[in-house]
Amino acid sequence: MPDTILDSGAILETAGLTKEFLGFVAVGDVSLKVRRGSIHGLIGPNGAGKTTCFNLLTKFLQPSRGTIHFDGRDITRLKPAEVARLGLVRSFQISAVFPHLSVLENVRVALQRQRGGSFDFWRSDSVLRRYDDRAMELLEDVGLIGFTHRPAGELPYGRKRALEIATTLALDPVMMLLDEPTAGMTAEDVDRVVSLIRRVAAGRTVLMVEHNLKVVEGLCDTITVLTRGRVLAEGDYATVSRNPEVVAAYLGTDPSIAGGTHHG
Amino acid sequence: MAADSITATPETSRVRGLPGLQALGFNRAQSIAFLLLLAFLAIGPFFLYPVFLMKLLCFALFACAFNLLIGYVGLLSFGHAMFFGMGGYLAAHSAKVWGFTPELAILTGGAMGALLGVISGWLAIRRQGIYFAMITLALAQMVYFLCLQMRFTGGEDGIQGVPRGRLFGVFDLSADLSMYWLVAAVFLIGFLLINRVIHSPFGQVLTAIRENEPRAISLGYRADDYKMLAFVLSATLAGVAGGTKALVFGIATLTDVYWAMSGEVVLMTLLGGLGTVFGPAVGAAVIVTMQNYLAEFGAWVTVIQGGIFVICVVAFRAGIVGEIARWLRVRL
Ligand SMILES: Nc1ncnc2c1ncn2[C@@H]1O[C@H](COP(=O)(O)OP(=O)(O)OP(=O)(O)O)[C@@H](O)[C@H]1O
Ligand SMILES: [Mg+2]
Repeated sequence: MPDTILDSGAILETAGLTKEFLGFVAVGDVSLKVRRGSIHGLIGPNGAGKTTCFNLLTKFLQPSRGTIHFDGRDITRLKPAEVARLGLVRSFQISAVFPHLSVLENVRVALQRQRGGSFDFWRSDSVLRRYDDRAMELLEDVGLIGFTHRPAGELPYGRKRALEIATTLALDPVMMLLDEPTAGMTAEDVDRVVSLIRRVAAGRTVLMVEHNLKVVEGLCDTITVLTRGRVLAEGDYATVSRNPEVVAAYLGTDPSIAGGTHHG
Repeated sequence: MAADSITATPETSRVRGLPGLQALGFNRAQSIAFLLLLAFLAIGPFFLYPVFLMKLLCFALFACAFNLLIGYVGLLSFGHAMFFGMGGYLAAHSAKVWGFTPELAILTGGAMGALLGVISGWLAIRRQGIYFAMITLALAQMVYFLCLQMRFTGGEDGIQGVPRGRLFGVFDLSADLSMYWLVAAVFLIGFLLINRVIHSPFGQVLTAIRENEPRAISLGYRADDYKMLAFVLSATLAGVAGGTKALVFGIATLTDVYWAMSGEVVLMTLLGGLGTVFGPAVGAAVIVTMQNYLAEFGAWVTVIQGGIFVICVVAFRAGIVGEIARWLRVRL
């Protein structure tokens, strides 16, 4: 059980969330409750509907049925930019940086949101330099201080993910949705990102999709297992990993991942 | 400006240019290019025909306005002739019928571009890629049809005999050289405004949207609103360019709202270098010069133009200025 229960209430709650693509149910009747202040894992085999879930929660996709409540508000009908403004900010499964902007500018674009809209096309962008210090702090936090002026597109993969997290953090989100933050990383990068997530999760809620079960075990307070768009099991790591259905679902698709469940 | 006092921070993100020009957002290479441009504007009319130069500058501004959209937002409009042509009609009409002074007539052209930009942007901005191009083309065709039918445009004849009038009601512009200075000023203001847009907080968000739209949205930016403003700015400046051209030649005709004009501005921008600051103006200069000096070949102009275009696209994909910039390893 987690030791930091800030508020036992759910910050994010869905009821009967469903998404159909031309009759194919990618997400079916998912009722998810994410506790405020927790790190919640969303796992499941490839094609289970995890990313689709994220797209629904952040309104990049419109649900076919069901409702989404965030922080006491019904966000089912909101636009994605509005959801972000409420403090529910996502990352993407495929690394999402602004490749031709410098690393510093990437973070600054997020900090720039503090100004509200930036429709002032007549003003020099030198006004944005007031965010440089904060941007540097964030970059320092994720170990990117030596890369500040490089175009983001030139960073190695692991560093790009770190930059994404710094950019997301720049918005000081209430809740972060991370889609496979450690995918494709070297073991060393994974360790760095894991400790980073643990650090930045303080005072926030995190919902993360993750295939690396070692990472899930180490980080997540609660885990929801999704298969074929439906919730198969929910609970803490020990409970979920002992669930025979979960083991079967993993063994049925990807034994290498199931192998990870038994890691000591 | 306050900006200058902070430039001392260690390593700003852009390589800064010559002291006076850095406030404009130019890097060193761009500053030099800009000084060359100023020199060209200043001495050009003493070596070349002012009317030719004015035509060139009107198209250069048109291409720069178009480039703001395709180069910095990544939207290909195939209907920019509607802003250019209608800007021309409104400027001509307001100068001839309403007796507006030239600067007001040009602004009226810009206002027309803005209005049309709001309407067509509202209809088109949510579409992506080829659908955006198709909708803008369709709207431009509708505008063309209206221009053909409406009385105030004069149908096939256009609006002729438009007086250049007196700038601010004082300075007579009937001499080509006097008119030239106004056109050069309009071009320069438009050019610098576009450059400011690119290097503004707004421009920064625009770049982010072009680079990765879903990510920009996930940071809370309403991407469509930003694209819309860029579209309207581009349309406004296209209207200004068209209005200025109408005053220069004293005529506004269907040619400027015809779809071929939308194609021509695409050509100029690609030829000069899409997404470069100076490319569109260079592209416009090349095309206008070509049309001028190849005029004796009659209908062959189009064929020659097409041939040169194909060669350019194959030989230098980044456009003339784009290739030079790559060769010199600078941004232009
Ligand atoms: N836009 C779409 N149109 C049609 N089908 C889709 C669409 N998006 C996702 N799907 C389908 O929905 C299912 C769930 O996909 P999703 O990307 O959510 O899986 P995932 O759990 O994130 O998988 P992975 O672990 O591989 O990232 C898949 O079968 C996918 O093919
Ligand atoms: Mg996925």
